[in-house]
Parts: sequence; C-alpha cells; structure tokens
Amino acid sequence: MRTGTVYTETVIHSAPEAFIKDVPYQTSIVALDDGGRVTGRILGERVAIDDRVIEVEERDGVPFFRKA
Amino acid sequence: MRPVAVIGAGKTAFGAFPDRDLRTLSVEAGQKALHNAGVAPAQIESFYLGNFAGPAFVGQNHLAPYVSTALGIHGVPSTRIEAACASSGSAFFHAWTEVAAGVYDIVMVVGVEKMTSQTTPRVSEILAEAGDCSGEMRAGNTFASLFAMIARRHMHDFGTTREHLSAVAVKNHRAGALNPDAHMRKVITLEQAMNGKPIADPLNIYDCSLISDGAAAVILVPLDRAHEFGSKPVRVLGIAQASDYVALDQKADITTFPAVRRAGEKAFQMARVAAGDIEFAELHDCFTIAEIIALEDLGFARRGEGGPYTAAGCTGLKGARPINTSGGLKSKGHPVGATGVAQICDLVQQIRCEAGERQVARHSLGLAENLGGSGATCVVSILGAA
Repeated sequence: MRTGTVYTETVIHSAPEAFIKDVPYQTSIVALDDGGRVTGRILGERVAIDDRVIEVEERDGVPFFRKA
Repeated sequence: MRPVAVIGAGKTAFGAFPDRDLRTLSVEAGQKALHNAGVAPAQIESFYLGNFAGPAFVGQNHLAPYVSTALGIHGVPSTRIEAACASSGSAFFHAWTEVAAGVYDIVMVVGVEKMTSQTTPRVSEILAEAGDCSGEMRAGNTFASLFAMIARRHMHDFGTTREHLSAVAVKNHRAGALNPDAHMRKVITLEQAMNGKPIADPLNIYDCSLISDGAAAVILVPLDRAHEFGSKPVRVLGIAQASDYVALDQKADITTFPAVRRAGEKAFQMARVAAGDIEFAELHDCFTIAEIIALEDLGFARRGEGGPYTAAGCTGLKGARPINTSGGLKSKGHPVGATGVAQICDLVQQIRCEAGERQVARHSLGLAENLGGSGATCVVSILGAA
C-alpha cells in the first residue's frame, strides 16, 4: 500500500448530501513517497500537516489513509 | 485593439428572493443597465450571459437567448459562458474582446445565478461540480473544504492566524452593512467571526461567502463612441483571463493562485500601471483566505503577509487601499454567475463617485479579481475614469 506525508487537511462539518452520514470526517491531500499528490480520506486518528500516513483501502476510486 | 468603455451598469439587490426567478432577476439588472447607458434593446449587437449552473439550480438550459429575448434583444448572437464563479467575469472578458477587436460596437453582458431554491447540501453538491468530480470531490470535499485545506497550508507556511482570517470577514461586513443592495447588512465583531459554526476546519460560517440570488449587467462600447450615449463612461484600461488546474492536488503550491498572478500581470501590463497604482479593488472573497491570497498574488501585500496587511486595517474603507467596498462576496452576497459583472458594477459606481457612504477618497483607478473554482479560472479587470 502507498505511503506518504500529509500536505494539507481539513475536518468537514458541513457536507454535500451524499456525505452527510459521515460528518465530521477528515480529508487530506497526501504527498506520496513515490511522487505526486492524491486527495483522500483519513480513517481513525486525526492527522496534521507533515504527519506520515499509509493507505489502508480504496473505495470507489478514493484512497483512504491512516496515521502511520 | 480599440479602447473600450463601460457606459452602463445595473444590478439587482443580492439576497434570498423566493418569489423571483432567474429570468426576472436578469431582466431587472439588464433593464437598469440599458437605462443607465441610454441604450435601447434593439441597439445591442451581441449579448453574453455569465451563468454557472442554471441547469442544476433551476432546471433550465439554453439560457442566453432565454434571457436576451426577455430583454427585447432579438436576432443577435446570444452566448452563455460558464467558468464556475468566474462565469460572468469571463463573459465580460469575451464581450470586451469583441468590442476591442472591432467585431461589434454595442455589447451587453449579464451575470446571473438563482441559488436559494435549493437546500444548502444540494447547493454544496452543485458547487462541487466546479471542482474535479473524479478525484477531490468524490472523496467528500466541498468548496469550503478545498479552501480550508488552502488556509491550513497558508497558516502552516506563513503563520497566518485565525484572527487574520476573521479580520477579512469583519472588514467586509462593515462595508456591506452600508450597502443597500447587500445580502447581509450586518456588522460582526472579531469575537463572533472567530467563533462561528464550524464548516470545514479552520473555516467557520463567517469565513464563507453567502448563497444568494441576484443579477448584474453592463454595456460596453468603443471609447470613441461613448460620448454618443449621454452616460458617464468608465474606461477598461486592462483585462486578462488566465487558467490553471481544476484539481487542487495537481498544483505545486496551493498557497498561491498562478491564474491570478498571470491575469494580474497581463492586466497591469495592458493598463500600463503597477499594483501600487491601484487605488481600490474588489477581490474574490469566496472564503476569507481567498482575499488574503489575492492580496499577495496581485502584489498588494508581500507573499505570506496578506493576513497582517488586512489586520493592520490597510484594506478598510478608510485604509490605504480599500478592498471590497461593496461588502464583497462575504456580505454583499455571491450569486456565483453574477459575481464577476457585479464587481465591474461596483468599480463603475466608485469611479463615478456614486457609492454614497462607502465612497472612497481615491477612486480613479480600480481593479476587480474574479476567481473560478479553487483557482482554475481568473479574470482581472482594471477600470479607470475615461
């Protein structure tokens, strides 16, 4: 699974209809160790900029990361 | 290229108007602009409509002739431009190119959005389509959350604070409270602005612009014909549109908007002025952080110092360079497709010295910056006394 560093993040409290059930949830842009950045969701513990993360699953093309 | 002038400007009040539809709003703004210019509908040679999401918000497509015929404009080219929140800034740019190039002499631009007939979650969903729906938006982001991520990184890289963000909101509400056409005519305190309902951390409700209904319109002619119409012309001294990635994760640095920098540089060059010469501006404060970054990208503040520059009072109505004397998107309101042309109307009002209690002391050279999405489109216009 891919690993990387949190480039930026936010916790969303006001969501579009399809995501209201998940509120509050964290999204992040992750700088991947293999190059490039990807936008994904954070599971479990909240992360901050520069935290290390590891991809744990992919749902509908969206990568989900956890704090490493 | 021929010099171009704005000879007429008009807009509706911005707000939530349950009994008004997209077309009646457009017609009101359009008729005000025609009357202001001293132009009859039959004289219009080409018509542009800036609109972001009429099909999704109100279930109507083919919007340009739908609006222009209601204004009594028949037979001429009638074109809709969509560029997210920069839709009508882009429509203004394209109308300007037609007049400057000598294709047509009398061109009208209307910007409109009717948003409040949808619930807020549905509005978020429609607005999200201005982002990359295959990536960032599928992960659950909203426009607020994209700008929240931009704010987080700006705070990390430059030390921008919660207080800096709120200083933008407090300042814009102070101006908007004096604007009879503003959506939210309410003064807010710094304490209120810092403790609003959380939307996407670190942004709260007071960092976000409003969901509004409204329309705005302007009429352009070649400068050498402006005297024929009996209104006070305002000259378009410089204008440029630029583009960038739609998805935030493709940008090398999200704390700056390359499209703003590029459009700004080109507009300054065309107008033969520097940032320091600009006396007042309308900047696209869709979120408070966007105004801070625009100050930096346009060269009004040094990189990373947009927050302290704002907190020091430099951008207030009585500051060295007043920004968003209309109240901005934050307080005036943000019917997205109307915003670009509304900014032009706001500059025209100041340059003609018709801004009442909000009139700024130095008003001969103003700039408007209209941003689409999270920075993929930007239009910068510089207007001055003719």
